[in-house]
Amino acid sequence: MFSTRAFIKKNKVGNYLKNIREHYIRDDIFCGLESCKSCEVLDTSLTGGFNNKNNLFKFNHYIILDTNIILDQIDILEEDVFGNVIILHTVLKEVKHRSLPVYKRLMSIIENPTRHFYIFTNDHHKDTYINQEKGELINDFNDRCIRKACTWYMKHMPNEKFVLITDDRGNRNTARNEKIKTCTITDYVKNLENSKHLQDKLARKDFHTVVDSDDFYPPHLPTVDIIQGIKDGSLHQGTFRASTSNFLEASVNVDEFEEPVIVQGRAGLNRAVDGDFVAIKILSKDEWISPSDIILEDESVTEGVDEVLEKEKVLKKTQKKANAQPTGMVVGIVRRKWRQYCGILQPSNMDGLFHLFVPADRKIPKVRIETRQAEFLRTQKIIVAIDTWPRHSRYPTGHFVRALGKIGDQATENEVVLLEHDVPHSKFSEEVLSFLPKLPWTIKEGDIAARVDLRGLDICSVDPPGCTDIDDALHCREIEDDKLEVGVHIADVSHFIRPGNALDIEASNRATTVYLVNNRIDMVPVLLSSNLCSLRGGEERFAFSCVWIMDKEANILETRFHKSIIKSKKAMTYEEAQMVIDDKHQVHSIAQSLRNLNSLAKILKRGRLDKGALVLASPEVKILMDSETHDPISVEAKKLFETNSMVEEFMLLANISVAQKILKEFPECALLRRHPTPPPNNFDPLVKAGNHLGFAIKIDSGKNLAASLDEAIREDNPFLNTMLRILATRCMMQAVYFSSGMYQKDEYFHYGLAVPLYTHFTSPIRRYADIIVHRLLAVAIGADCTYPDLLDKHKSTDLCKNLNYRNRMAQYAGRASVAFNTHLFFRGKLQDEEGYVLFVKKNALQILIPKYGLECTLYISEEGKTSPFTYDEDHQTQTAGDIVLHAFDPVIVRLTLDSKNIQHEKFILQLVKPHIEGFSIAPLTEMETKHKLTEIESGKKNKKQKKS
Amino acid sequence: MSKKKELVSKIGLRLDGRRADELRRVRCKMGVFSQPDGSAYIEQGLTKVLAAVYGPHQVRGNRSKAQHDSAIVNCQFSMAVFSTSERKKRPRGDRKSSEMSIHLRQALLAAIKVELYPWSQIDIYVEVLHADGGVYPACVNAATLALIDAGIPLKEYVCACSASLANNDIPMVDISHQEEMLGGPTLTIAALPMSEKIVLMEMSQRFHIDHLPKVMAKALKGCKDIKVILDEAVRSHVEDVGCSTGWSNTSQKIKV
Repeated sequence: MFSTRAFIKKNKVGNYLKNIREHYIRDDIFCGLESCKSCEVLDTSLTGGFNNKNNLFKFNHYIILDTNIILDQIDILEEDVFGNVIILHTVLKEVKHRSLPVYKRLMSIIENPTRHFYIFTNDHHKDTYINQEKGELINDFNDRCIRKACTWYMKHMPNEKFVLITDDRGNRNTARNEKIKTCTITDYVKNLENSKHLQDKLARKDFHTVVDSDDFYPPHLPTVDIIQGIKDGSLHQGTFRASTSNFLEASVNVDEFEEPVIVQGRAGLNRAVDGDFVAIKILSKDEWISPSDIILEDESVTEGVDEVLEKEKVLKKTQKKANAQPTGMVVGIVRRKWRQYCGILQPSNMDGLFHLFVPADRKIPKVRIETRQAEFLRTQKIIVAIDTWPRHSRYPTGHFVRALGKIGDQATENEVVLLEHDVPHSKFSEEVLSFLPKLPWTIKEGDIAARVDLRGLDICSVDPPGCTDIDDALHCREIEDDKLEVGVHIADVSHFIRPGNALDIEASNRATTVYLVNNRIDMVPVLLSSNLCSLRGGEERFAFSCVWIMDKEANILETRFHKSIIKSKKAMTYEEAQMVIDDKHQVHSIAQSLRNLNSLAKILKRGRLDKGALVLASPEVKILMDSETHDPISVEAKKLFETNSMVEEFMLLANISVAQKILKEFPECALLRRHPTPPPNNFDPLVKAGNHLGFAIKIDSGKNLAASLDEAIREDNPFLNTMLRILATRCMMQAVYFSSGMYQKDEYFHYGLAVPLYTHFTSPIRRYADIIVHRLLAVAIGADCTYPDLLDKHKSTDLCKNLNYRNRMAQYAGRASVAFNTHLFFRGKLQDEEGYVLFVKKNALQILIPKYGLECTLYISEEGKTSPFTYDEDHQTQTAGDIVLHAFDPVIVRLTLDSKNIQHEKFILQLVKPHIEGFSIAPLTEMETKHKLTEIESGKKNKKQKKS
Repeated sequence: MSKKKELVSKIGLRLDGRRADELRRVRCKMGVFSQPDGSAYIEQGLTKVLAAVYGPHQVRGNRSKAQHDSAIVNCQFSMAVFSTSERKKRPRGDRKSSEMSIHLRQALLAAIKVELYPWSQIDIYVEVLHADGGVYPACVNAATLALIDAGIPLKEYVCACSASLANNDIPMVDISHQEEMLGGPTLTIAALPMSEKIVLMEMSQRFHIDHLPKVMAKALKGCKDIKVILDEAVRSHVEDVGCSTGWSNTSQKIKV
């Protein structure tokens, strides 16, 4: 069945080791062509039904790709333009070795049967296997392997035509000599039918040919020198972090220095892009500088270099030696971390094919791209990939990948938010959907037998209005001897999502449902999230129940966990539930149980606060949308009812009970949530602010912090306490998921809630962590069986990493979405709003506007103007005449939106009250508001006309 | 820890080009030495092992160890200094080799009819010339051949084989060194393949209970495959030896 041949390989790991590996040559590898008579056709996606049409080769042909094509032009390959592609195993291995992301993308193309890609294992085939010759470079060897496979195919199937696409000129010439049909990808794509839009997407690697321009950047060191330099300590390596405010400055975090190393200027940055792993040379100590405090923006619209040189001079002038930090310059790139970037085309009058692309992320330089559809793209948000950054070019060159939609459109901006925060948001694949239960879904006999039947209980759910993914429901009833039975019923998502299938893998990758202002990116398909798992009123649903027996003082006497079937009597909103509780005339069972729950929750909450749980605040807002136009019609702070807190208390209690149970059962691999105690210096701003106001904020323990926050109340400024709590929130660390086997017991502590153990159990529809916790708990009570990955603490640590990352990103994405919609709401509006001073800074006041949850900067000294204010650093005040502004003082400010920079809109504030002569402006009157509005709008129109 | 290297590719081939259920190439030879009573050499892929059997003979050394109802089986495992990619002195009595010796003895004891030789001793020496994964199975197989060569009565062949799990899903047989390093836990079993009795089982790490049956089935299948190969080798060896002494009727062979 197979013949064998061993070959010898020398491997270098510190010292010379001789590694010998076997390499089996087989005779059961098939060509994969449908029309082939001699080969057994197993499953192949190459087909005679698909024809490649190209003007260069006017016959149907199969395509064989070289490695460089796949690595550089994966964007083109992802376009559905050519099929019947044979991927050689040699090529696949090299792609995997060189770039894992590209490999993954390639694999997903290969797995798609409509693309007709086939892997041919040429290196194990008896006729295409060749030995590497002595002294032959690996690249040449691989090229020879590819050509060998091509000639074999040609001999094997004389009636079919094969075309080798490669950008390697040497390979092409040799191939021609061997009578293989070959061309470059550029030629191939140009001669494709309907290729116009594709040419833009070609990566430009062949751009090195311009000779007449001078080199603009110093050369990078060759890899050998970099490795040598790092070894002997003359060079250092670290991650390159571009500055957000100064495009000519960046820092590199290097292990050898405590402070980040500063790199400055064109030569210093030397073509590194944010995120790259670079090698740097440290300058001599007398050349060290401190980080610049000026803001420099790349304002040039052409590729001219004069402007950079000008700005470099400006930067040189402001260099300071005081507080100098280690300074260095980039001498080489160890690894590029280029990804695809969102942004817009630079509005300019540049004609021709080349245009500049401005990324939304300020840390990324502009990119030079070639496009034939600039007129159209100017109105669009687009995605661009960087290909290369030659020495003579001011900007990196890249290629257009795709357009997202019109600039300023909500759909487009949502897409940008999702992409920039790496939120997986594509549609669920067919494979994923195939694991959904088939409709109509019915409850089977076996399910009833395995579960506790709670359909007779008066269970109800309380959620925000419009909520369709209801994952929790509650009940409470009196049983004998003044005891209460309280139950929390959580949607049994783990019943539907079985470990290891495509649905599970997709959900674990998404990790969380992402809520944007007018959009929800589900973690699980909508059939589950809004129907089968959602505990809707009046429908029979599977639940995972946590039931306590409590006395009237909310002491837990007994805890039970079991899977159950429930029938929620009613799905209520917080407001409805509140009304039921408050309405003394309603005495039906649900009202009774709600009242009981409410009073228990109050006791629980008091107990929790007494133990030192923190009540924190963050300005949360809700944006009301016009149901038809989907434009925001108003922005308001979220309203809270007593019932919010009621539901929250029981969810906390359930989470804590479950955490105890799973940790007891799985001491090594329970998925818990910890909230680390913040280091004391995190609290500095809070303590300082407290001191200025005359409150002593104690930070030695959570309990003392909570107590001192409670005491910080001032009659004349009721919002002050909230402000302090907002500040306190910012001092906190992020709470994270972890696997219990990886930490010491005392590190499990949840600081914010002041409980020793905590986990997430109550929202499995929108959080993947909860699904895992459900599975653990199900195993613990014997309701389900375990599987290997669940019990592997390293695997679950990897999972936690992803969960934490996705959660953070989801949070940022949510905030970005709120920010965008707030901007949208304020477009063309002019408003006076109440706000509070959050921080007092040297040249500005940080103002919080609670009504919109906005935090903006009010500049009080402009460049070139004398400010009426004097700054007192010790007391953190700004004084103008007899008016003193402290932190937390109420003010009235006027809000306008500055849309000059279309990608980065920002608010401009002007002080209205207190009135300071020569600085403040008069309050708006009704009339004026309207007047100004029209003025702005007409102004906008004028601008537009000018542009066109 | 995220060593998630694919040990079986999408096309179903392992790193060295085998399929999941294929053994490495096995080549073996019996009667390689004249001094011992029985000897054998086996190659499983690149793993190469020599085995020699002395006995049954009178108990040497401490006579009091001799047993009235069975023979003592004495196993000695050792590795050549040049057997791995790093040259390393391997003293005879170190922990690893004495453990291996004990394991070998346990597997072989299950097959040797020791009750036929009271007051006597059988010595089995195994030397690894090259280690490339699956050292223990190769040793067991070599020792079996050597025992047969020595003419010691066995209940049946003892064969050993390793198996592991690729991509956390696909069981694969006969694990090479490269796969041992990249993959997860390895299961090694020694079995009497005809009666399907497992005489020794060892795991390098813990297996999840869900995976264990299929990996075990795979390893047992491997043992049976090896038995077929060994059996063929023994038969052809006996034929060869028979031809040269003239009691075989393989006249065709003599012509060749």
